[in-house]
Amino acid sequence: MRDRLVRVAAPVVVGVAVLAGWEAFVDARRIKPYLLPKPSAIWHQIRLNGADIVEAARVTGANALVGLVAGGLLGVLAALVASRFRLVNELLIPLAAAVNAMPIIALAPIFNNMFSTTSTVPRRLIVTVVVFFPLFINTLRGLLQVAPIHRDLMASYGAGGWALARKVRVPGALPFVFTGLRLAASLAVIAAVVAEYFGGVQKGLGTRITSAASNTAYPRAWAYVAAACALGLIFYLGATLLERLAMPGRRRVV
Amino acid sequence: MTGAGTSAATGTAVTAAAVELSGVDKVFAAGRPGATRALSEVDLTVAPAEFVTLIGPSGCGKSTLLRLIADLTGPTAGTVTVFGKPARQARLDQDYGIAFQQAGLMDWRSVARNVELPLELRGWSRGRRRARSRELLDLVGLPEFAGHRPGELSGGMQQRVAIARALAAGPRLLLMDEPFGALDEMTRERLQAELIRIRRETGATVVFVTHSIPEAVYLSDRVVVMSARPGRIAHIAAVDLGERTEDTREAPEFFAKVTEVREALRGRAPIPAPRSPR
Repeated sequence: MRDRLVRVAAPVVVGVAVLAGWEAFVDARRIKPYLLPKPSAIWHQIRLNGADIVEAARVTGANALVGLVAGGLLGVLAALVASRFRLVNELLIPLAAAVNAMPIIALAPIFNNMFSTTSTVPRRLIVTVVVFFPLFINTLRGLLQVAPIHRDLMASYGAGGWALARKVRVPGALPFVFTGLRLAASLAVIAAVVAEYFGGVQKGLGTRITSAASNTAYPRAWAYVAAACALGLIFYLGATLLERLAMPGRRRVV
Repeated sequence: MTGAGTSAATGTAVTAAAVELSGVDKVFAAGRPGATRALSEVDLTVAPAEFVTLIGPSGCGKSTLLRLIADLTGPTAGTVTVFGKPARQARLDQDYGIAFQQAGLMDWRSVARNVELPLELRGWSRGRRRARSRELLDLVGLPEFAGHRPGELSGGMQQRVAIARALAAGPRLLLMDEPFGALDEMTRERLQAELIRIRRETGATVVFVTHSIPEAVYLSDRVVVMSARPGRIAHIAAVDLGERTEDTREAPEFFAKVTEVREALRGRAPIPAPRSPR
């Protein structure tokens, strides 16, 4: 009970202290708002634009979620195929590693040109591509890690490759899938926000941040940045919750 | 994996041996510079309902011999037959149950569902599986742990679950590779007694690998003593101690057999006390 209290209280205390320090620092050094606004000014903007912030977060959140689900499913599926066929595995892994090293967000302007300016598809597509790799790589690693004793046991039951996949590989890979998902959940929000920086539909947190900044309304821009942080946190917590529900009482890979 | 021969014992043998190895050689990395000869010219017949233990120093190939019977590896030369059929066919027919030094339970399955795994692969219905796993968990003395996760059990308890799993499909042949090797002495003796009881109740043939001399003598009808590099059968000690009880371990005949096995191990093996765990 006491441990729990400390665990919840500690980050809250640190957070409040950081905000108070920030406020005092900006006051004391008379820092210009375009460099760094005060937390109280940001909070004022949050309250002023509450409804629009929620709406923008909803739009960006929807893009991130659709991309996360699509990219996640594709990543897991590709990993299943790659683990089953050695040739696919050997072809896909270097390709995946190479594409993963690329700044995928740089594709945003190109994707934007491929679709009409009123389409949300390019943003969702970017999220999909960004999310694909952590899920693909992590799931594949999980699928390929089969304990030799489990392999022997399944052989002793006369089981073939398909049964081994169903009974051992897939359930054994689950902790890895969720590690990938937790990584991907935060990435999905980042990608959805940043994708909006490159034009397209004038909706969502990223668009609001750029427009507020270009109007020198810095506290307002920060208010939307805070909303983006909150959205990322919600996604991460959602993934963590899903993990707990899917594997109650099981070991987790950090 | 195709090494198991088709010529031996394909006829309608009247009383097929449970396990028959003839002229078995096993060379790892055959034909390459680091080739090691694990087994050389091994002939062994195990009768139905017999309890045979393989004992020998580390690296004498006793585990390899067991894996050959299980068709988890194939012989370089010679034939392995199980109940009159090639080892591979016996494996595909799930003719044997197997247990290893590690329990190897799957931590994503409950204890009961671990026991049921071989039955799932045989296509048993859910209800039948449940009933069978309950029966087996009773047999190994863990009825109240059916719903637990393997991680919540002690090493000895996990090993009992692994034995229940090996027995699940009611195999006529039980292959055990140092199943009690990682356990403390007390747990070990209790599980040995349990194994003897289980075997009496099921009438199964058992091939058991160990490096403990008292364990081999206590459990077996015959103790096969092996020597190392290359692995060969050095001596076979027939053990006739009758019904095993608590007192068996202190009987003079028991000690006489232990001595016989120890002498056989010492006589042929270069290293005296083969006690190092593998």
